[in-house]
Amino acid sequence: MDNTNKRPGWDTVIRPRTGWFDIDLKGLVRYRDLILLMVKRNFTVLYKQTILGPAWVVIQPLLTTLVFTVVFGNIAGLPTDGVPKFLFYMGGNIVWSYFASCLTTTSSTFITNRTLFGKVYFPRLCMPISTVITQLINFFVQFALFIVFVIYYATRPDPQVVPNWRLILTTPLLLVQLGILGLGFGIIISALTTKYRDLQMLVSFGVHLWMYATPVTYSTSLIADKYPKLLGLYMLNPVTPLIEQFRAAYLGVPGYSSNYMLLSVGVTLAVLALGVILFSKTEKTFMDTV
Amino acid sequence: MENRLLEVEGVSKQYRLGMIGGGTLHGELTSWFARVRGKEDPNTKIGREHVSYGERFWALRDVSFNVDRGDAVALIGRNGAGKSTMLKLISRITAPTEGEIRIRGRVASLLEIGTGFHPELSGRDNVYLNGAILGMSRAETSSKMKDIIEFSEIEQFIDTPVKRYSSGMYVKLAFAVAAHLDPDLMICDEVLAVGDLAFQQKCLTKMSEIARSGRAVIYVSHNMRTVSQLCNRGLYLENGRLGYDGTVERAIELYGGSSARSLRRNLDEVTRTNYRGQTMRMLDIEFHNTQALEYEQDAAMEFTLTSVAHIADPRLRIRLILQNSIATPIAMTQTEPFEVAAEETFTRRVRFPLNGIAPGEYIIKLSLVSGTPRGKTMYYDTIVDVSRFIVTDDPAVNEGFIWSERLWGNMRLKPLELQ
Repeated sequence: MDNTNKRPGWDTVIRPRTGWFDIDLKGLVRYRDLILLMVKRNFTVLYKQTILGPAWVVIQPLLTTLVFTVVFGNIAGLPTDGVPKFLFYMGGNIVWSYFASCLTTTSSTFITNRTLFGKVYFPRLCMPISTVITQLINFFVQFALFIVFVIYYATRPDPQVVPNWRLILTTPLLLVQLGILGLGFGIIISALTTKYRDLQMLVSFGVHLWMYATPVTYSTSLIADKYPKLLGLYMLNPVTPLIEQFRAAYLGVPGYSSNYMLLSVGVTLAVLALGVILFSKTEKTFMDTV
Repeated sequence: MENRLLEVEGVSKQYRLGMIGGGTLHGELTSWFARVRGKEDPNTKIGREHVSYGERFWALRDVSFNVDRGDAVALIGRNGAGKSTMLKLISRITAPTEGEIRIRGRVASLLEIGTGFHPELSGRDNVYLNGAILGMSRAETSSKMKDIIEFSEIEQFIDTPVKRYSSGMYVKLAFAVAAHLDPDLMICDEVLAVGDLAFQQKCLTKMSEIARSGRAVIYVSHNMRTVSQLCNRGLYLENGRLGYDGTVERAIELYGGSSARSLRRNLDEVTRTNYRGQTMRMLDIEFHNTQALEYEQDAAMEFTLTSVAHIADPRLRIRLILQNSIATPIAMTQTEPFEVAAEETFTRRVRFPLNGIAPGEYIIKLSLVSGTPRGKTMYYDTIVDVSRFIVTDDPAVNEGFIWSERLWGNMRLKPLELQ
């Protein structure tokens, strides 16, 4: 919508939707304060009228990890590559829930913000970006807890985990990529759901199913042992190499990731590009259909 | 050229009524196929007044106008004329179907009070958030915070969550933020309807300040008093087209009555709202005993109304609602009930004594109504602007005074009696 500079002397030119790839990047930079304020708002509002407040950020992953440890670790007896079960599941769980929450919250961008979008213009991408940042901060809180456990297990007289320091340095890239992947899938869905709400139904349980196609509750080595022929197919899942990489960094588990990392990056960029194109095409007229 | 803030050129906007997607996948595919081949969309209806569910219609059709610095533009029109759609396009909420809009500088649009206010946040936090949504940086908002709070008149509640605010306080705060955005172009859509009178006045003053200081305002309201006070230019929209662009007085006149004073008018072709005029329809009106619809005080107006009834009604009345020149209703009067048969075209000559109506210009609204047994009124047909007429001022009748409509209103009562 913002075809700045195409008409000399005018700041904004509004036309019927035209090109495929006109994103208001300058606008996003100009509205960076809005993104930050939205992040702040998300936090302030999230825990209003709850007794435990921000403690919920750590209660959720702790309980989930506990359940995973009992169900998948002890009852089902799945191998965890020789690292403590609790740590293994916690690492997978916090990384996965960061990705999953990025995806699900951004996937409803247009629907949850329709009253706001219907009354005032600002670069619409501000909203999904601010939710991803919110999720990232949530992740850091859980991550801090995870680190405490890692240190506990790594500094015992008989260290049960050996972090790989070189890989740990790649963590920021890992998190950015995960966020972008969640954002990309999320905004694709959000753009498609303005007209047909069916996808909205699919998101919550689709993400749940996706989790089982990702090494969250089991290790990739299990797949490699039992279905070696399917491993190639399995690793196409762009989240898998990222979780592998994360576990390899902090728990010292040998990963299967290196060959597939590049593929994951490629998928991430493709998803982001497709998402932004669909999103910016939708944002111009979605008010007429949502 | 630099003086120009907004150019709207040949803008049209098409909507589809009712449902989207879903059951009309077939329609969507045919539309898409037609677009691909560069043909006319087969699902677009043109030149129809009544559009029904699922059909496409033009909310705006080929509208062009400019706004310069210093303009306070009133966008006037009846419900559904396309005012809100126009504002949405200028505010970039949705894209036009055709045409182009060019804007210079910053636009602040208040299409709603307190856009983006979050009920759980305090007034102060909401000012920051709202400011950011309107395009202000955090530092900018901070520097204006004091002025904003002062303007909003709610200093003592500024750290209270806005969910505890009254709707008046809400508007005050919201308007204060927008007014301090220092926009080049400010767009307001009936936002002031909620605040109290004093605050409304304050907002109007602020808006005229904006216009006078070399920026511009576009204002939409059905309140013609505020429109005439604020605006120096009027745009009149009618059925999605720009009907008039010029002085605000003339635009208000057009809004008050699309008709000028005419001695005879074909009522059949007047556009009705709310599906009126289907079972009974007024067809024609002719005024008698006058040259230019000017009447002396206490004279009587006479007209002949021809209508057609498609159903029978034993207790039909012709109702006349008297409105002043900006379409505010003043009084009502109606005929005795009379009987009509189904498919009957009936003509009635009506005498309307103007006793007690003060000098001034008025608009007649006519309805065909019937009282239902439960005491409700059945409106068969209504035309809000049948004609204008004038009651001339005669100081002799007013006991030596020239009537002041502004001070004394529209009713001339019988003289007070000294006892």
